[in-house]
Amino acid sequence: MKKLNLSKNAKHDLVTYGIVVVAYLVMEILMKAGLVSSLLKGLLVPLCIYAIMAVSLNLTVGILGELSLGHAGFMCVGAFASAFFSMCMKESAMPGGLRFLLALIIGALAAGIFGILIGIPVLRLRGDYLAIVTLAFGEIIKNLVNVLYIGRDVDGFHFSMKDSLSLNLGEGGKVIVNGAQGITGTPNDSNFTIGIILLLITLVIILNFIHSRTGRAVMAIRDNRIAAESVGINITKYKLMAFAISAALAGIAGVLYAHNLATLTALPKNFGYNMSIMILVYVVLGGIGSTRGSMIAAVILTLLPELLRGLNDYRMLIYSIVLIAMMLFNWSPKAREFREKYSWKRIMKNGKKEEV
Amino acid sequence: MSSFLSYLITGISLGSVYAIIALGYTMVYGIAKMLNFAHGDVIMVGSYIAFLAVGAMGLPPILAVILAVVVCTTLGITIEKIAYKPLRTASPLAVLITAIGVSYFLQNMALLIFGANTKMFTSLISIDAINIGDGTVVVTGETLVTILACIFIMVCLTLFINKTKAGQAMLAVSEDKGAAELMGINVNGTISLTFAIGSALAAIAGVLLCSAYPTLTPYTGSMPGIKAFVAAVFGGIGSIPGAFIGGILLGVIENMSKAYISSQLSDAIVFSVLIIVLLVKPTGILGKKIHEKV
Amino acid sequence: MKKAVSMMLALALVVGTLAGCGSSAPAESSSEAATESTAEAGATFKIGGIGPITGGAAVYGTAVKNAQEIAVEEINAAGGINGYQIELKFEDDEHDAEKAVNAYNTLKDWGMQVLMGTVTSAPCVAVAEKTHEDNMFQITPSGTSVPCVQYDNAFRVCFSDPNQGSASAIYMGTNKLASKVAVIYDSSDVYSSGIYENFAAEAKNQGIEIVVAESFTADNKTDFTIQLQKAKDSGAELLFLPIYYNEAALILKQADTMGFKPIIFGCDGLDGILAVEDFDKALAEDVMLLTPFAADAEDEATKSFVGKFNEKYNDTPNQFAADAYDAMYIIKAAMEEANCTPDMSVDEIGTAMIEAMKTITVDGLTGAGMTWTADGEVNKAPKAVIIKDGVYKAM
Repeated sequence: MKKLNLSKNAKHDLVTYGIVVVAYLVMEILMKAGLVSSLLKGLLVPLCIYAIMAVSLNLTVGILGELSLGHAGFMCVGAFASAFFSMCMKESAMPGGLRFLLALIIGALAAGIFGILIGIPVLRLRGDYLAIVTLAFGEIIKNLVNVLYIGRDVDGFHFSMKDSLSLNLGEGGKVIVNGAQGITGTPNDSNFTIGIILLLITLVIILNFIHSRTGRAVMAIRDNRIAAESVGINITKYKLMAFAISAALAGIAGVLYAHNLATLTALPKNFGYNMSIMILVYVVLGGIGSTRGSMIAAVILTLLPELLRGLNDYRMLIYSIVLIAMMLFNWSPKAREFREKYSWKRIMKNGKKEEV
Repeated sequence: MSSFLSYLITGISLGSVYAIIALGYTMVYGIAKMLNFAHGDVIMVGSYIAFLAVGAMGLPPILAVILAVVVCTTLGITIEKIAYKPLRTASPLAVLITAIGVSYFLQNMALLIFGANTKMFTSLISIDAINIGDGTVVVTGETLVTILACIFIMVCLTLFINKTKAGQAMLAVSEDKGAAELMGINVNGTISLTFAIGSALAAIAGVLLCSAYPTLTPYTGSMPGIKAFVAAVFGGIGSIPGAFIGGILLGVIENMSKAYISSQLSDAIVFSVLIIVLLVKPTGILGKKIHEKV
Repeated sequence: MKKAVSMMLALALVVGTLAGCGSSAPAESSSEAATESTAEAGATFKIGGIGPITGGAAVYGTAVKNAQEIAVEEINAAGGINGYQIELKFEDDEHDAEKAVNAYNTLKDWGMQVLMGTVTSAPCVAVAEKTHEDNMFQITPSGTSVPCVQYDNAFRVCFSDPNQGSASAIYMGTNKLASKVAVIYDSSDVYSSGIYENFAAEAKNQGIEIVVAESFTADNKTDFTIQLQKAKDSGAELLFLPIYYNEAALILKQADTMGFKPIIFGCDGLDGILAVEDFDKALAEDVMLLTPFAADAEDEATKSFVGKFNEKYNDTPNQFAADAYDAMYIIKAAMEEANCTPDMSVDEIGTAMIEAMKTITVDGLTGAGMTWTADGEVNKAPKAVIIKDGVYKAM
């Protein structure tokens, strides 16, 4: 792998962008032709969301080499920060496009700042201990969001950590963030095109990061921390940088999420450790460190439970079996050997040789 | 003061349940170096088996526990053989993900077999509660049994690991798999044995968990499972007395923060304490220091 | 180059999934066409249901699914709606807003004309946004939060959170049940925190003092002794539990162990507590709850429903099931009032049924003479019941 020169890298990246663009064009054409089911139409934005999540987590897990189990926490921060902004601006004269753009920036910034704040203590730890601390931070964020009450009346904003009554809102005051009931009525600003553009931006940021001097430093730290340190790489700085970028990109996914559904609540299901682990599943299944793989795995695993709906009661059971089988097929040394032997590439190569 | 005491005792009671689950986590982690996310669901299976054994089959409690232990041990070994063993040389992350798959599988299997309805688990422990100071402080029979069982198991495990050949083999495998193999230790057998013991502990933990907190659903195990995992890390993952201390501390901190700070924020407080502990002692309270090799 | 191989595999899977989508695509086009062509295609009403049948909230969704099936069987056996049979499909939402929207889209592809769902509040709000876009008639059996029915196409069978919260406070106030009240609620749950807030607001007017308001979260619901101890120490005479019965069963058990015996008062979420398998009914003695449905009521309709439910699913129906059963008959009544036929489009059915909802009166399991306001809320009398000797008794 080390021998890969830049042009090969560039080629590899172009294929990745190409897949996204082609997927977009195909879907657009199919939609224009009316050949796309409502289910798939409804899934397009979530697919972009989870692809962005997977690609951004891959930066932490695959490139930085640290296991993070709290990625959904950053998504939660991005989602709530941006939804709060959008709700405040909903009745103002600001045009929808500008509002969403600002919401995006706010969501990404908020998540990025959290990434730095959490990264400073967390990145001092190693291995499973780091993983458990990120899990802890994710759960803390979810817990805090669930007890957060923010309302607005003529006097300005009111905050409370208890319940919406203790906000003491004046006449005409409105509760914007209502604890466990979350934010209701966020404008539906996101769509497939925006989702794809954001996915492409995410890919550009991450792929360029990986191939940059900084990215190489980060990978050097992953491969051998002590060696990297001894050649003068500032470990803390690079680690923090990668972690914060990963968090900010998760924030972008959160913004998309918040502006896709009319209701935003921080349940264990969507922002808890379950979600963090699910995103980790995408990264591992896609091949740790492979940006394109993470993206594709996210798409497959988001589609899979929906396509299994026909199985009714057995749906989630079959899903779990497929997940185990895919993991075994992708990761076990025996299966790898088997695939090496019978892979298309090999067969194609052999075929070529014969031709020659 | 009396309320403080009773908060403390319920905290220890909750903590001892965490501790007993954490023991299973820590065992498996120490040897297989994997976070077995399916552990909580094995607990759930154990509880359902005990529930059925007592309710539908009318077995006496002790036989029910034995049956649960047998089923869970078999289940544990089977899971290990099918889902984890093929990945032994792969990245530890891959096994983690497979464990999550197994966890989903067990939950959804239980959902299909037993249905989504809550079952009320009849406590298998028939020891009367002890009242101290005119009923201001109550120590239930379940609490007593759980704490005693936890200490008993901890002592047994420590003796087993330090005094028996199989235990020494486990220690060797956890130190260095390759070297252990060269010394003629059956690594695969040792790992299977670890899973068997871990799952047997899970069955006992399930019975105790549901005796103390008697509602049983297919998702009963997942939340205490993750808390116990936190407890295991708290005490220093891989360390058996660490799991015990971590479990008890977690239970006490959780209840104290509920009692004196805020019941809404108790999760956040527990996790904050965990973070602070890990920042001060990066490998947990009793964890071994990791030596780095260049 | 292992990665490349695994990519190949992944790609193959994608192709497979895309093929899957492709094959489902014709279903979509037929569903769009369905609105014009069902008349000759077999002419049935396609009614969908959405709720959690896996995950932690599965118990509520399963109850709704089962009851809906019973109601549809009955209606079909009795000749259907306006002479047309009903086709039913129920989709899982895992109690998640995003999955609920996916479930809704799946049902749309299937050709759903009317939606009965969703079961839980947060997913309901997300789905209501979509049904509003399509002007599809939606009736939720048990989505209690206010925005569930914020659009004119959405109605509900149950009481809303504010309604339940303030009704509880008013009931306690007018019947002078207690002046010092302790509350334990689930602060991570929309239903529970919604009721609590409205209860607290109304309690002030009723001269009720809330001495302790303790909460728990979805991640922390094993041990309630601390909350109970605080309630006990505060000298509360009444414990208000605006939560679901799973947790309530545990709370009752732990309160009993502690020797804490206040008056227990709950909302419709507590209904079902007696049906928990192996639950010691003595623990629930004298528990009061404000619920529209009691499974052991003596009237014919309830008896027949409970009997069928028991026979088919070997289970006692709870209030969720009753709400869902009523929802189907409400749909039937509204469709008959509006003279709907299966060849009408979703939009036409929606518009006609919305008008019809304002005029119909339905006698159901959960209330006699139910009527609806234009904002989607139901008018029916809340029933207070008390548990005596293991059965509900009207108060």
